[in-house]
Amino acid sequence: MKRVYLDYSATTPTKKEVLDAMLPYFSEVFGNPSSIHGFGREAKKVVNESRATIAGFMNADEKELYFTAGGTESDNWAVKGAAKALKNKGNHIITSKIEHHGILHTCESLEKEGFEVTYLDVDGDGLISLEALEAAIKPETVLISIMFVNNEIGTLQPIKEIGAIAKAHGVLFHTDAVQAFGNFKIDVKDMNIDLMSISSHKIYGPKGIGALYIRKGVRLVNFVDGGAQERKKRAGTENVPSIVGFAKAAEIAYRDFDAHVEKLVALRERLRKGVMETIDYCKYNGHPDQRHPGNAHFAFEFIEGEALLLSLDLVGIAGSSGSACTSGSLDPSHVLMAIGLKHEIAHGSLRLSVGDFTTEEDIDYTIKELKTIVERLRMMSPLYDKVTGGK
Amino acid sequence: MYTDQVMDHFTNPRNVGVIEDADGVGEVGNVKCGDIMRIYLKIEDDVITDIKFKTFGCGSAIASSSIATVMIKGKTVDEALALTNKDFVGALGGLPSVKLHCSVLAEEAFKVAVYDYCQKSGKSYAGLEGFDPANADDDHHDHGDEDEE
Ligand SMILES: Cc1ncc(COP(=O)(O)O)c(C=O)c1O
Repeated sequence: MKRVYLDYSATTPTKKEVLDAMLPYFSEVFGNPSSIHGFGREAKKVVNESRATIAGFMNADEKELYFTAGGTESDNWAVKGAAKALKNKGNHIITSKIEHHGILHTCESLEKEGFEVTYLDVDGDGLISLEALEAAIKPETVLISIMFVNNEIGTLQPIKEIGAIAKAHGVLFHTDAVQAFGNFKIDVKDMNIDLMSISSHKIYGPKGIGALYIRKGVRLVNFVDGGAQERKKRAGTENVPSIVGFAKAAEIAYRDFDAHVEKLVALRERLRKGVMETIDYCKYNGHPDQRHPGNAHFAFEFIEGEALLLSLDLVGIAGSSGSACTSGSLDPSHVLMAIGLKHEIAHGSLRLSVGDFTTEEDIDYTIKELKTIVERLRMMSPLYDKVTGGK
Repeated sequence: MYTDQVMDHFTNPRNVGVIEDADGVGEVGNVKCGDIMRIYLKIEDDVITDIKFKTFGCGSAIASSSIATVMIKGKTVDEALALTNKDFVGALGGLPSVKLHCSVLAEEAFKVAVYDYCQKSGKSYAGLEGFDPANADDDHHDHGDEDEE
């Protein structure tokens, strides 16, 4: 059976070039970077070279980048670490309603400890309001955490403007750039970013490795205590092969940046047009153009997302949905609620994200299959009857 | 995550459709929760001679509706009322625990349809005693764990 992977926002395959770069660091160069002998020193060298490579792609100094076990840990560290380090200054954090759970659940956990959190609304396209952000800042505000690009609907926030507001008010600015790194040009200095989370597995690198950029001079309470690794800020023996893989993935992402973005946008637009032209009662979500190059997000009326995903899977197509039935909770995803989708429409949501290995043929196959599946499910739906009069 | 029986009833659902001159119709669920089931019945001499359904919902909601109609069709109303959601789950070879409410919806949609028939025909069945369709829309959801990318 034909298999079409359209879930690159969930994770990406590790590229061959990346894997090849990693392989020597399992059995040949295997030393512990903390060891002072030659085996350790060669491992330490490659960790620091990798750090410099990645830092360079965001205009950061290599001393400002710390490896973690992924985007989630970076989010936890940034928000908890900043809140706790600054608790004598204030207890207020500003974030948005559409953050990844790595941020939202971290904020909720801080609320239980007495921190106050403002969750900014977003408009129908998923954008926060800069005026509302500025108005939410109070003397107790110590941190603003707004994601760079949303993982569900793909919307890109005005990061530079947010950074300027944070700077003007002397508040730290963290951004979850897990979906953005490798897909957008990022300059932490120009954008006034103090803290930034990134993750390797979204850019064709291995899973379980990420990093947190911490601007020089910003103090965080440690999140993982233990040994003296990562300049005493993040304990645990470094995951050397994955660090090498992450750096290789970043290098490829920015080496081939223009071609990557151009290709993804073309495929995504082919998909968007094809779906919107062939299927009725369908809404395209997220910002029309300020969005992740590979993200397409649809909501089909009268049908439910899990049934849609299962049907797609049966014809080999992998996508994702924010319906309640796929999240295991009662409500559709918080992101879809925040952009104001009605429950019945949000339940029929489908995210299809294209990537470097997607072909035009994959897109055309998906459009064709999707049309058949949506029609089949609608024929079973009592809600569709109400529109067609049962015909 | 689903059994072969669930996938079979999902991909090839039995008794989908509408009965224009139905003797009883039952609808439960709501769009907010993401599942709605409607069941149509044709009843002759206390026997369910035909049954059809329309469902808006996930794979297990569709499969539960389908298996319920298969098990109910041809039975007397009393026999069919004795079936519970557990019988549907059993026939499907099991459902994930977060999806059990789908089978409850199928049981209730059927009961609401029989209730509708009773209202129209003046009949009554022991198996429906104390049944109040107003309570059939209650939330049977289980809150599971979230997984996210
Ligand atoms: C926006 C965003 N933040 C954080 C994460 C978590 O990253 P990780 O899977 O590396 O923990 C993801 C994806 O998983 C994401 O899309």
